[in-house]
Amino acid sequence: MGKRRLLLGNEAMARGLVENGCRMATSYPGTPASEILSAVAQFKLAEKLAMHVQWAVNEKIALEIAYAGCMTGLRTAVSMKQVGLNVASDPFMSAAYMGVKGGFIVISADDPGPHSSQAEQDSRMMAMMAKVPVLDPDSPRQAKEMIGAAYALSEAFRTPVMLRPTTRVCHSRQDIEVLPVAAAAGIEAKFDRDPARWAATPKFRHQLHLELEEKLAAIAAYAPTAPVRLNPEASARKAVVAAGVSAAHAREILQELGIWKKVALYQVRQPFPLHIAFIEHLLGAYRDILVLEETTGVIEMQLADRRRVKGKQSGTVPRVGELTPERIQALLGDFAGIRTRAVAVAGAPGRRPTLCAGCPHRASFFAIKKAAPRGIYTSDIGCYTLGMNLGAVDTVLCMGAAITQAAGFYHAFRRAKKPPDIVATIGDSTFFHAGVPALIDAVVQRVKFTLVILDNRTTGMTGNQPTPASGFGAIGEPLEAVDLESLVRGCGVTYCRTGDPYRLQDFIALMREAVVCGRKNGPAVIISRHPCILDRARKGERSAFVAVEISDRCDGCGYCVKHFECPALVHHTENKDHRRTTIDSALCAGCGVCLDVCPKGAIQIKQNR
Amino acid sequence: MASSKRQQLLISGVGGQGVLFVTRLLAEAAIAKGLPVFTCETHGMAQRGGTVVSHLKVGDFHSPLVRAGQADGLLVLKSENLAQHGAFLKPGGWVVANAGSKETYDVGGTVFAIEADRLAQETGNVKSINLVVLGFALSVAEKMKGKAEQLFCTLADIERTVKNSFNDQPKQLSSFLNAIRSGYDAPA
Repeated sequence: MGKRRLLLGNEAMARGLVENGCRMATSYPGTPASEILSAVAQFKLAEKLAMHVQWAVNEKIALEIAYAGCMTGLRTAVSMKQVGLNVASDPFMSAAYMGVKGGFIVISADDPGPHSSQAEQDSRMMAMMAKVPVLDPDSPRQAKEMIGAAYALSEAFRTPVMLRPTTRVCHSRQDIEVLPVAAAAGIEAKFDRDPARWAATPKFRHQLHLELEEKLAAIAAYAPTAPVRLNPEASARKAVVAAGVSAAHAREILQELGIWKKVALYQVRQPFPLHIAFIEHLLGAYRDILVLEETTGVIEMQLADRRRVKGKQSGTVPRVGELTPERIQALLGDFAGIRTRAVAVAGAPGRRPTLCAGCPHRASFFAIKKAAPRGIYTSDIGCYTLGMNLGAVDTVLCMGAAITQAAGFYHAFRRAKKPPDIVATIGDSTFFHAGVPALIDAVVQRVKFTLVILDNRTTGMTGNQPTPASGFGAIGEPLEAVDLESLVRGCGVTYCRTGDPYRLQDFIALMREAVVCGRKNGPAVIISRHPCILDRARKGERSAFVAVEISDRCDGCGYCVKHFECPALVHHTENKDHRRTTIDSALCAGCGVCLDVCPKGAIQIKQNR
Repeated sequence: MASSKRQQLLISGVGGQGVLFVTRLLAEAAIAKGLPVFTCETHGMAQRGGTVVSHLKVGDFHSPLVRAGQADGLLVLKSENLAQHGAFLKPGGWVVANAGSKETYDVGGTVFAIEADRLAQETGNVKSINLVVLGFALSVAEKMKGKAEQLFCTLADIERTVKNSFNDQPKQLSSFLNAIRSGYDAPA
């Protein structure tokens, strides 16, 4: 009997990996999946596990490294967020054909809502497209159990297996039994040369595809992952089929509404391939069927005869947004033919997120707007997306697109009488992830724009993971560091300068020079370097606190609040005749950057009285 | 009977206030008492100063989320959040809110206000608003008449949890305990 510990869903999956003898784990951080690899790293450190754990430069690289590991017979895993799987889709599709030797799990975390993503895409559709089986856990506890099930499935059919948790599984905590780590010793890496498989040409790929189809047919009859009936005691002509956290909601709500025995409840654990015998039973035994799943109707689509099926395809279940318990309560009530008290969470808009007080990105954005006031500002994925609050972010598409979209705008406006200045912003981690090929393309095509690499020495948004420039790895072990300036110059850029945005006046002057250069000569790159204050606080590092105050010169014009938007600057407008701005000392980080922001010079160093 | 206790709470605030920390303390206290526990948290971009909410369910549950109209109690670290999260409260439930005592709210339950910003400042740690509110909730819930309204844990349980987690950081530990105590001792 193991000890019960409070584990985050992501930690539970990490625990599942080490308990099941995973020997290589790789990832690129992304909400809601980031903590999986961090937790594996912590277990490795605490229990001195013989395994390779790494943050990779991007998801494609992470998947390829872990996949090669499984080709040697080791159990391996890669984790990422759903849009990360888009980046890794090339090796993912191909790996499905070649199959695995040691067990290989691809964890792709979805984000219905979306809470912290640019799309609500359903990774199970990617599994379907790749022809890879996928498991859909309903809770942290089940997610941990499914790691073992996924390795067994992977090794039984020599196929990669996807585990698809959603935000509510990743970011829930539950008391979970923690077991000792499996003694993975004894399995040594061994590579059996087999070019017809591992380097298959199209002729052999045809054969591999035939084998893949045979595997899928067998997996659709594999008992350990078959759907389960949660309420055998119910005798009913109506059935609810649910997967993932929707199944957990449905289980609780059916009981609370007193209709537990009125409708049959099935939980699908493997949404693709859906078990054939289950499909036949379901369509044969029930008059009405309701399917609850996130985010697309993947289970529903596999029910060939949908005349009696209600779900996303039929329009009964909303196709957009999270299937919240409130929505599920209404759907179950309607389906069972009972009246439920309409419940809704008030639609009051919450407080919007903002860059932290003292965030160096805020200073960079302020300088960019000074240097190119009527520019087009392309940006990217990270904390700095919040630069839109300052009016310094016009576009965000996907990882790396700040640079390629800048190029697109440049080409589009090339024949315009007065082309706009274009300033792209990208974080250091995002630049390494997908910005490098984009910058090479911009150099080759002589794209006239300015690129600001916001180098805060960390992957900030996802919880301060190291970047390739950090010089250390997932457990803090020393690694090589890539020099950002050399990399930028290696891409062919001739104008590359580094500045500290905290020295705001100097930095604005540098930005002005770069914008002129970018407009005239092609890619001009500024590396805006100042460490993330959250990361520094986490490491216990401190710099001098510059206490500021607002003098009587403040006329409450609101310039600082609008253009600098620091949460510690509070604008009071209640009294129309006496508008003013004050400093919230509980929030102020003491960066002192705002001293150079007020056009009236009303922000000053605090006087000792 | 402790094991049959079922309780659903919501902890609401903005990123940086320590909503996750309070949730964690309550969940660890539940585990220490041998109770099953489920929480659901806000991570990612919202943690940068945006609205953050945690769900906490103690007892036999399957779903990690509290449904609207089902929460026994709300801990609100920023009073403006009541507009957004008040609907989670069940009829007759209780709210402890970091708010001026004169503000009025329409949430279908009883609101107990505490000036946690001021109390946190007085304890010398402006970042301990979350623990002041937690301490206040422990004292408010203790005085409830109905068994259902009473919290699954007591001040002593929470103090024990904090001590277990921060034994090796005596300065932090005493600051945390002071903040909890100052909320607990505040008049309801």
